[in-house]
Parts: sequence; C-alpha cells; structure tokens
Amino acid sequence: MTTTPFLKEGGLPFCKGCGHSHVTNNTEKALQKLGLHPLDVVLVTDIGCHGIVDKSFLTHTVHGLHGRAVALAGGVFAGLEDPTKKVIAFIGDGGATIGMQHLVGAAHRGFDITVVVHNNMLYGMTGGQPSDFTPCGFKTPTVPDGQSRPGHDICELITAAGASYVQRLIGVGDYSDALATAFSTKGFALIEVMELCPSHGIKMNPGMKVKQVVENAGLDVKVFASENGNVYSPPTSGKSKNLLGTTLEIEPMYTNSLDKRLSVVLAGSAGGGVQSAADWFAKAAMMSGLHVTLRGSYPVTVGVGFSASQINVSPEPILYTGWPTPEVLILTSVDGANYAQATAAKMQSGLLIADENLDVPPTGAEVIRVPFSARVGTRDNSVYGLLWLLNRERYFPLEAMMEVLTEPGRSHRVKLEKLLQF
Amino acid sequence: MSGTFATKPMALTDGSRLITESLVRAGANVFIGYPITPANLLYLYATQRFPKMLAAPDEITTLQWMTGFAAAGHVPVTATSFPGYALMVESINMAYMMELPMVIVLAQRLGPATGSATCGAQGDLNLLHGTLSGGYSLPTLCISSFDDCWMLSAEAVKLATKLRTPVVLLTSKEMVMTRMSYDWSDLPDVEPIERKTYQGAEPYVPYAVGEDLVPDFLPVGQNQHQVRITASTHDKSGIIQNVLPEAIDNTRRLQEKLDNSIPSFTFFELDEQEGADTLIVSYDITSQASRAALRLLRDSGKKVSLLVVKTLLPTPDAYVETCDRYKRVVVAEENLSGQLRRLLYGARDRDGVSGVNGIAKMISPVEIVQEVLR
Repeated sequence: MTTTPFLKEGGLPFCKGCGHSHVTNNTEKALQKLGLHPLDVVLVTDIGCHGIVDKSFLTHTVHGLHGRAVALAGGVFAGLEDPTKKVIAFIGDGGATIGMQHLVGAAHRGFDITVVVHNNMLYGMTGGQPSDFTPCGFKTPTVPDGQSRPGHDICELITAAGASYVQRLIGVGDYSDALATAFSTKGFALIEVMELCPSHGIKMNPGMKVKQVVENAGLDVKVFASENGNVYSPPTSGKSKNLLGTTLEIEPMYTNSLDKRLSVVLAGSAGGGVQSAADWFAKAAMMSGLHVTLRGSYPVTVGVGFSASQINVSPEPILYTGWPTPEVLILTSVDGANYAQATAAKMQSGLLIADENLDVPPTGAEVIRVPFSARVGTRDNSVYGLLWLLNRERYFPLEAMMEVLTEPGRSHRVKLEKLLQF
Repeated sequence: MSGTFATKPMALTDGSRLITESLVRAGANVFIGYPITPANLLYLYATQRFPKMLAAPDEITTLQWMTGFAAAGHVPVTATSFPGYALMVESINMAYMMELPMVIVLAQRLGPATGSATCGAQGDLNLLHGTLSGGYSLPTLCISSFDDCWMLSAEAVKLATKLRTPVVLLTSKEMVMTRMSYDWSDLPDVEPIERKTYQGAEPYVPYAVGEDLVPDFLPVGQNQHQVRITASTHDKSGIIQNVLPEAIDNTRRLQEKLDNSIPSFTFFELDEQEGADTLIVSYDITSQASRAALRLLRDSGKKVSLLVVKTLLPTPDAYVETCDRYKRVVVAEENLSGQLRRLLYGARDRDGVSGVNGIAKMISPVEIVQEVLR
C-alpha cells in the first residue's frame, strides 16, 4: 500500500454526481493498495465522457478512437511484454457497443489487461442516445418512452469468451478492493461499474436509483468469473532467418535455342498438376539460361474448376509480365478449353495443342491433337503436355526438365519413362 | 544453339518474398494481419520470417494492435487490399495524429467493394490521397519493380520511424503474386533502422519538437518519464485542447514535418532522351509496360523519355516540373479516371497531356506506344 498519487491535483472534469469520478478515485486507491508507481501503469482510454479523464492521471496515457480502447490496450500489452506493467482500459457502454468485437477478442485471447466499463446505460457525450446496454424501459432523450429491448449482460458474454476475472458492481462508495483484484489477476479482467448519468440518465428517469435500475434489468451484481480464463501465448518467432536462401536459386547449366521471348499458356483442371508443371518448366528454362515469368490463375475454390498458368521465357530480361497472345496454348481438359476460349480466339498463329478428345475453341493457330490423358491419365497430363511441347520444339534440352523432375523429394504418380513417350 | 544467357544463378520468386525480407532486415519486427487476397503471400511469409506475427480477427483490430505495439516501441507492419484498408482508415488517422510509426502494404486489386480479388488494379491512389481527414499527406511509396520491392520496403520502414508516421507501401496483385526469375545476389545491404529516443533530463514533453519538427520518441511503460499519446487535437503535452492555438499549430505541424523532409524520401526513375518531346509517366505495375514501351519506341527511332514515380504522397514538385519540359505527357495507369494524372493536373489536363487507362487487364506496352505515336 502506498500513498503515491496517481491523479493530478485540481479535481476531475466530470459533471457533479457522475459516477465516473468514483471510478477514477477508486482506481487510484486500488493502484495504491497494490503498491504500484504511476509509471508502472498504462491507462488506455477512448471516446466518451469517461475518456476525458486521462489528463488527470499521472500514469502513461493513450487516448484512442471510440470503442477501440480494448484493442489498443491489447496491442500495448502484447507489445510491452512486461508482466510488471499494468495495462488498464477505460471504456463506456457506448464504446463497449461499437467495440464488442474487441472485448470478446481480448477475453478470448487472454490478454493480461483490465477493462473498466463505465456503464451509465447510454451515450453520454453525444446527448444521451441508447446503447446496446440500455435496459428495457429506461428512458433517454432519444427514447423518451423507454428502450424497447433489454441491454447486453456483458459480464455473461465476456465470461463465456474466456475472461479470468469478471465482476459487476454498483458504482457507489469504495470498491477499490474489487478493482485491485481485477488489476492483479493474471489474464483478462473486466469490471462493469453501473452508474447513472446525472445529465441525461437521471434527468429522464427521475427518482430512479442505480441499484434499482440494475435490479429491474435483471442484472446480477456479483463476481462472474475469478479463475481459469484463457491465457495469452505470445506469438512464436518466425523460424526462417532469411527468405532469400540459396536453395531457391537455380544455376544455369544448359543452353537454349530461343532468340526471342516465348509465351506458353497451359490450361487444364484443378487436380491436373497445372501449377506444378508450369513451375517445373519455368525452372528447367532457368536452368537453360532463360529469364522467366510465371503466373497462375484459378478460382478461389482451388480444388475444382479450371487451373491455368502463363509462362513467359526469354533470353533477355522480361520487362512486361502481362498476357500477350501466347505462341503456344496447351489445353488438357474441358475446364481449360472453356477458360482459354478468348485466348484461343486471339491467336492468329502459333500452336494450339489439345487433348485429342477436346472440342477445340475457334482459333487461328495450328491445332495439334495429342492423347495426353490416354497416355498418362488426367493427373499428369499437364506435365506431359509441356514435355511433349519441349520434345517437339527443343526450346531447351529435355535433360533440363528431367533434372527438375528427378530432384530429390519430387514424387510422381506416373513413372518418368511413361512421361517420355512421344 | 543461339541465344545469350545469364551466367549467374537466379531465383524464381515473387515480390512478396522480397518485400517481407527487406522489411524485417530494416527493423520491422512485428507483423499483424488479416487474410486477404492478393496479400496472401505477404501474410504467409510473415508467419515464417517476422520475429513476431499476430493474426488479428479483423482489420480495425489489426491497426489498433499495431498502434499499441508502436506505442510500446516496435515498428509494426501489415498487408492488405482495399476492403481491409477501408476498415483501417479511421485507425490510420489515429496513428497519424498520435505520430506512431508503422508500414501498411497495400496490394491493389480490382474494385469497387469486393470487386475481383484475383485481378490487379491501380485504383486506390485517390483513396490514399484522401485517407487523412483534413487532406494531410499520408506518406506513400509505390513499388514499380522487384528492385523496388527490396529498396522501397526498407525506405518505408526508415521513413515511418524517422518521421513518426504511418507509411503506405503501395503495390498491386501482379507484383506480389506473379513469379519471375530474379538475380538477388547483389542486392544492396539493408541495415536495421536506428531508433532514437528522448535522452533529456528535463520532464518529457511528448509532442515538443526541434528543427526537424518530429517529436522525440519514448515508449509507454518505461520508468523515466510519463508518456501521453492521443488521437484528439492536442497540445505539446498530449492533452486534448480543442481549438486552442497550440493545438492547431500541432495539427498543422503534421503536414509541415513531412514537407520539411520531402527531399529525403523523393524516389523516382527518370530516363530522359535528348531531343524527346514526349514523356511517359507511370507508377506501380504499369511501369513494366512503360519500360517495355520505351524500348519499342526508341528501337523504332522515336525519341521519348520516361518518368517512373515512386514517392506518390506527398507529391514532389519535381514531377510536374519535369512534365513541364515536355510538349506531350502520356500518363499510363490501370484505372479509368487517371488518378495520377488528376493528382498532377487537377480537373483539367493542360494541352498535350493525355492518359492510357483501363481496368480488368494490365495496360500493355503496345497501348502506350500507340498513344505516344497518336
């Protein structure tokens, strides 16, 4: 217990009779009971009458956006990585309405912070609109006939979300012990302080005492959770110390026969190995001293529908990775043929190599039919298509492609000899 | 066998890998993100490479956690696309007013709204220009090549930390997802940024400044000085002051501190050909097509210059000054309204200024060539 002040001299900025003053004074008392120093505390506030208190505190203060103090406090806590520091978030019921996601998320993750909800059952700063915490029948300037539905029971919600300490109390008198317990609990703690706003709440509901309002609303004044909450685990470090490793490098060791850029589009079905085949072809091209670009296209449902890849290879660095009309279009399935219709139509020359049973879309390219699927099945028809092309055109040696295909760890459903039958 | 070939080993990589590695080497040590296409690879690589990686439940939480981490002394990064960025806007304003460093990688995709997640675009410059209420500049550096993925990412971390501000590192789907062969054997070294903190014996005044107009930084939680950080209009001590002169001066200073330092973060590529009367202006992914167009035009005997702009906001005067030297200016960008062109010329192009525009496909070199020769 210390007597170190946590508040500046000169009073608090609240209306006469506002419960926020009690929260502030009880907070100071609680922190003194815990023997803390003001710089051990980071107070995070946001927008609402409660939030203007930060200038009165001698602690570190962070004043953020409406309803976001709990998320901001979570970031401060996770960033500090210092269990000796107390991170406290002050919010109102208005902030808890717009920021409900952050309350649930913080409790769920077990952030070691304490949230003090100043629940006066309306948006005070903006003139007394109802929040999602306004009880049924409670009157505010914009619902003069009374709110037509009950408010949240935030204590039940946050307990269910995984909080370690949750308590609702009436914001009258000395409740510093409750606050001290919450502040010193490991894990996420929430204290909901029930208050009446003297300027809007009391005015619209004359004669009502806060204890009665709370009772009428069916809200229990008790401790809801006091242990076994979720515990925050700090994120684990990235395992990689360098993303630009030499294992990703490809050394040129073959030559190639290209004197200008070549664009190949491979279009088939999901599950047909299109992306892998294109990847291997690109690597084999790099092994043959060529520059490459590689772009995959597929629907978001990656296991079904089309799968296509555009491979550009060139003896010169490639400036533009875009999709010019390709010199070669390989179609291994109906999905691929449907996807590549516009491309086929644009081709006025070049090769369109299609699986023998496909309906070929209209094209100006030379059409060659090859029994891809009949020879190697549907799961290897893409890599086969590229090998078939390479065998015919010899842009670079088949050996380069075989070297990529026989790399350790590369598995094949079809024996390589079968892939090499042309 | 004909054809020359590269003799050095090359890597088959996407831009996301280069961006991530550069950010971490430059001193960004925490990535907080929400999954979104086409930033998927940035998120994935972050889980592998960043010292700390947190998965947030939404983009508002992302930016709030980032601000908390920044207040505690870290340099956080996220990567997103328009739908996520839109959710972040209020929080970016908050971090800007608080003067906390962070890098937001914005990988553009075709909008509006959900639009097409797997189609690139250059549609968000207007949004970046208008992100901050009051029209203040949100520093934005824009990647135009793999070299930029490496270089500008490090510069973004440096800028964010030196000037205590959120910085947007702008790019688009093609750059972060398409793979290319790339020689990364002699990339310039990236060293971690040195963070300077307040060392004085006098009580710390959180928003007091010297000549560079940037307040000295201290993290919350240390035991030497009280730190106040706020998103409300505030005085030097970080207390809400509504519209008193000291608070208004502080708000003005947010722009002034950037304007003061523009030369230190003005990046662009200018390839001027003597005798050229036409300038192609480009940024982001269309720069590739512009470079290819330049080659095609010069090979055919047409004299032409190229300006690839990389610092978009605040917009350096140098760009319009350069454009002023040319009878014709062709601004190529993958959007319909010509957002960079409007930023430079406002509502009315001057004589000789035109655009090459389009959506749902990359602007091609041929389109740029055709416009130059028109």
